[in-house]
Amino acid sequence: MTKIKTFPLGGIHPNKYKITTDSPITFAGLPETVYIPVKQHIGAPAKILVKPGDKVKVGTLLADADGIVSADVHSSVSGEVLKVEAIEGEFGYVEDMITIKVEGNEFEPSIDRSLDIDREIPYTDEEIIAKIREAGIVGMGGAGYPTPVKTSIPEGKKVDTLILNGIECEPFLTADDRLMVEKGEQIVIGAKILNKILGIQNAIIAIDENKPKAIEVLSKITKTYVGVNVQVCATKYPQGGEKQLITAITGREVPSGKLPADAGCLVQNVGTVFAIYEAVMKNKPLFERVVTVSGDACSHPANYLVRIGTPASYLLEKAGGITPQTAQVVFGGPMMGTSAFNINAPITKITSGLLLLSDKISAKHHEEDCIRCGKCAEACPMGLQPFLIGRLMRANQIDEVKNCHVLDCIECGCCAYICPAHIPLLDYCKLAKIELKKKK
Amino acid sequence: MDDTVLLSVLALGGIAIVSAIVLYLVSRKFAIAEDVKIVEIDALLPQANCGGCGKAGCHDFAQACAFVDEKGFAGLYCPVGGQQVMDQIAALRGFAKVEKKPTAAVLRCNGTCQNAPLKVSYDHITSCRIAARISSGQTGCPTGCLRLGDCIKVCKFGALSMNKETGIPIIDHNKCTSCGACVRMCPRGLFEIRPKTENGEMLYVACRNTQKGAIARKNCKAACIACQKCTKVNAEVKVENNLSYIPDTVSAEEFGKALREACPTGAIIYTKEEKNND
Amino acid sequence: MLKISTAPHMQTNQDTKSLMRDVVIALLPAALVGVLFFGINALLVILTSVAACAGFEYLFNRYCFHKENTVTDFSAIVTGLLLAYNLPSSIPLWMVLVGAFMAVVVGKLCYGGLGKNIFNPALVGRVFLFISFPVQMTSWPKPEFLKFLDMDAQTGATTLGILKHIDGQTSATYINAKLPSYFDMFIGNIGGCIGEVSALALLLGLAYMLWRRVITWHIPFYYIGTVFAITGLMWLITGDVRYDPLTHILSGGLMLGAIFMATDYTTSPMSKKGQILFAVCCGILTVIIRLYSAYPEGVSFAILIMNAFVPLIDKYMQPRVYGQRR
Repeated sequence: MTKIKTFPLGGIHPNKYKITTDSPITFAGLPETVYIPVKQHIGAPAKILVKPGDKVKVGTLLADADGIVSADVHSSVSGEVLKVEAIEGEFGYVEDMITIKVEGNEFEPSIDRSLDIDREIPYTDEEIIAKIREAGIVGMGGAGYPTPVKTSIPEGKKVDTLILNGIECEPFLTADDRLMVEKGEQIVIGAKILNKILGIQNAIIAIDENKPKAIEVLSKITKTYVGVNVQVCATKYPQGGEKQLITAITGREVPSGKLPADAGCLVQNVGTVFAIYEAVMKNKPLFERVVTVSGDACSHPANYLVRIGTPASYLLEKAGGITPQTAQVVFGGPMMGTSAFNINAPITKITSGLLLLSDKISAKHHEEDCIRCGKCAEACPMGLQPFLIGRLMRANQIDEVKNCHVLDCIECGCCAYICPAHIPLLDYCKLAKIELKKKK
Repeated sequence: MDDTVLLSVLALGGIAIVSAIVLYLVSRKFAIAEDVKIVEIDALLPQANCGGCGKAGCHDFAQACAFVDEKGFAGLYCPVGGQQVMDQIAALRGFAKVEKKPTAAVLRCNGTCQNAPLKVSYDHITSCRIAARISSGQTGCPTGCLRLGDCIKVCKFGALSMNKETGIPIIDHNKCTSCGACVRMCPRGLFEIRPKTENGEMLYVACRNTQKGAIARKNCKAACIACQKCTKVNAEVKVENNLSYIPDTVSAEEFGKALREACPTGAIIYTKEEKNND
Repeated sequence: MLKISTAPHMQTNQDTKSLMRDVVIALLPAALVGVLFFGINALLVILTSVAACAGFEYLFNRYCFHKENTVTDFSAIVTGLLLAYNLPSSIPLWMVLVGAFMAVVVGKLCYGGLGKNIFNPALVGRVFLFISFPVQMTSWPKPEFLKFLDMDAQTGATTLGILKHIDGQTSATYINAKLPSYFDMFIGNIGGCIGEVSALALLLGLAYMLWRRVITWHIPFYYIGTVFAITGLMWLITGDVRYDPLTHILSGGLMLGAIFMATDYTTSPMSKKGQILFAVCCGILTVIIRLYSAYPEGVSFAILIMNAFVPLIDKYMQPRVYGQRR
């Protein structure tokens, strides 16, 4: 095996809690109603095409991408559209959602539902990009950036490396891990598809050390495919951060304020690549995804294949319900996820995990004085000095913060995790960003 | 012995003289010539550097006053120094006095602990601006006060304080200078600078929720439900986007009491009434 | 009711208190060695110093600065231990009280408490005593293993003190008779301050702190390494026993200073680059003071002088930001 790679600056080693590593992906079933938000991505909300009373099938287009940075939204169930209106989302803010009452499980006829693996790619580059666009695929790692925009490389830039992000460095989450173990070959074919449209033969699947099964499965499969290789990375948070991964794999750095393409790289989450495979080879729009339901307060943690729009409460019920020791429900991972305000909010294309955390893990401690230990600066993967940003923001010195490169912060939370004085350093970094943007 | 004393005095004195000359030359070389007008106006200003005038600070405002023509001068106002200071500046520039009506900031939310009960609890969140980013707040109202007091920290005049019982800030309208720092700070944009009556009373709609009445009421008893009753008291009151707004032109003395009584949820606040109740 | 909080939803269980507790644990072997060699007097000095530091912090926080009680974060105890380790065991206990007052109240609380002081508090106390009471601060009882109560009032010189008195005319036999062996220096059977004599105990403490991730290896390594390199170079060139590098790193307060005092969070630079510069400069200053000044030992002064430069180092030695043009 080749050398284990990692990024040079900072990083932390939180407790992994990967309790669902060996739990196979199971279908979560169909809830009574689904709520499908029309904005599950970065960019403009999609234009709604349906009205109450319409009958839809699985895969029916519900809303059309509005502009280039936007994504199509498809129905994830068959049934009747009940309402098209603003409903409270996971943060408690209202978002436009399409409510569908589930009746049966009927698919659009164009979707190929067979389980065979199609290995030949008979389409041209344009056809492939059109299929990805029509499937409404967005980055499923968490950011939700529309994939067609990401894969179309700006004029004058050259991408020579495609990196498949199978790191999943967030504690608890195992959705990508299981997907790689169970759908390894499809992911590799997905990588070939991306290789084709990029015109390169250099796809690297990055997996971190603590996923021996996925490494084994994919190493075996990639032997028979040209141009797709596995690279093992060290288990360190935030190894799965786009910039950190690029530096780990290629040794290049993405210049401040620029795109990965400026470093000659394209990074795609393995979940996204699997969706690309399904969209291109099976004509399947993105209407379901793998979600890890876990947490130290969860009684039956598992990995579920979930239809987009399924209320979180339905999934939580399947995993044993909200136990008395639950203090927080978190959408996403414990490091970068958000506390849920409303647990009836739907699972979206970017929800990779649903965590029930007890006070033992999630309770915040009282903020003390900085002892200048420098651990935050040591842990910051971007080489920033969070203690300085925190000190300046406490004094409201926004002009000074400008020189701290705070806009480069990737909000990974290493600083706030490591701080022995429990200073909410990440909050101060976010505040600094808010204030700097206000000034502009 | 005498020599030692003499030498020390000479040496120290010499160093002092040389330093003085150097300092004098440096200060002359790097001196910034400044208009006398700016210095004079700057001396009149309160030096709070609050930015309430819209300029970067008092010196910046002085510069603006010094070079503006009479027409432009009417658009400048120092909310902290008030009418008196502006009159002095006008006299200095030889312009006519410009009258400004007294104003103060109001909080357009009445989501007190009693009106808007908690749905979730914050766990060590320290700033409204952060809280606004991660949730609609403890009460669930997406436009309501977040109760963490960023505005209080930013007020330089001590006009804002947190009311422990209601959970939302209270504004001392006598101390408020309308500098607008809270207006810029609040992530929900709940503060508004509004005119004060001669007796210092204020009239405003204490709600910014644009959701439909039924939804808004679910989160807060004091939400504006756009029932239109206020528009019947005075036709100038407008209801748009499920939210009522009382323009400055509506006289508080004349309609305040009636508007307050007309509102079924208590979203319209007229401060005179409340003082009587106390 | 569910809770809402900002990311990250996990935090380490390492907090200020646990860090300071680990430092106290790391300091214990040196205390043991000190008591074994210097008897009950050493124990009394240590106990007085710790109690006085904790007591002053509590009283002044409560009645003078009107702040929360910060004794529970163990930092005053660390200061107390370090101060005691820097004193000879024969020092009168009232002087220990004076030193503790200078360390905690003047050296730390007056600056605003833990995290805001510029100078290492224990060193402030020590240097104050050193300058005010030079006689008591430089009379070193001879180490006597396991002889707790009836210690002789005999005093001797420290290793570095002996080196200081060597000149060209000193005979080799005299030197050999006077200087302790490397083994004695390593385990601590030499004259000196209570906590500084045993390199072994201090290295054990270093290993514990590295294992617990309290500190990183940079400052101790570069500090001791610099002293070793400079003296080693001079020793190679001149062959003079005064420059013997092993004697220099095993004797005096170098180990204690490099492991426990130069690494003090508050008074050392934040960035790794800065820490290395800080440690190297400490090393250079230590060698200069030891070899060319009137004092035989220079660790305390070297660290205090470099403490003053920490804000400057922090300003100019910032870490490289990812993605910024090199």
